[in-house]
Amino acid sequence: MKIPQTLLFAIVLALIISTAGCTPVAPWQRGTLAKPQMAPDPFPARNTYQAHIYNSREATTGMNSAGGGGCGCN
Amino acid sequence: MNQRILILSALLALSSSLSATEMGEKMPACEIMQITDTQRLELRQLGNKVLYVDFWASWCPPCAQSFPFMNELSRDFKDKGLQVLGINMDQSTEDTKAFLAKYPAHFPVGTDIDENCAKNFAIKAMPSSFLIDRKGVIRYTHLGFRADDTKDIRALIEQLITETPTLQ
Repeated sequence: MKIPQTLLFAIVLALIISTAGCTPVAPWQRGTLAKPQMAPDPFPARNTYQAHIYNSREATTGMNSAGGGGCGCN
Repeated sequence: MNQRILILSALLALSSSLSATEMGEKMPACEIMQITDTQRLELRQLGNKVLYVDFWASWCPPCAQSFPFMNELSRDFKDKGLQVLGINMDQSTEDTKAFLAKYPAHFPVGTDIDENCAKNFAIKAMPSSFLIDRKGVIRYTHLGFRADDTKDIRALIEQLITETPTLQ
């Protein structure tokens, strides 16, 4: 199927205009994003320990970066 | 068709971000409102001084780390011709006051009116600091704060305050 040049031009033009409409959040406007409750993981320390304990008890590693051999020492 | 491609290229170029403030460029216009007395201050009117301009916000942990360093700079070089200026970018004045109560600033702090300073300086990160010589030329830009860089910044300040601006 051959797309008419005029239609192609219109599509690309619309893409360019919509790209210009995407305004990134300026670095100085990130106060709200910087709040702890906005973090993907709101309790990183607690969850890291929980993952460590889980891996140790299961004698395996998986889905987490912490290693575990069952001894709970790593 | 070539003409159309040219038009599209021009539009794409226009849609991309404008150029940022770089070292070697003249300091852009920047008017702040001082927190202490709400007086307006245009940085370019400060005249024959070396400026250390720091953009900060209360929510930014490295900004808090940089305050003791900026207090030291002001203490050590103020009489030699350095003016340290903090430009606050908080959206809430309560946050600013709470921050300054915790981390006192021994140098003038102002708020950016209508975000013009941040836009004109093309701020890319918080904190961002700029060293501007006596001629109003940006000589050094720094993103973030690292204690390891403070020695170099102090050395550069010592160099800039000894420079004599040539008459034009």
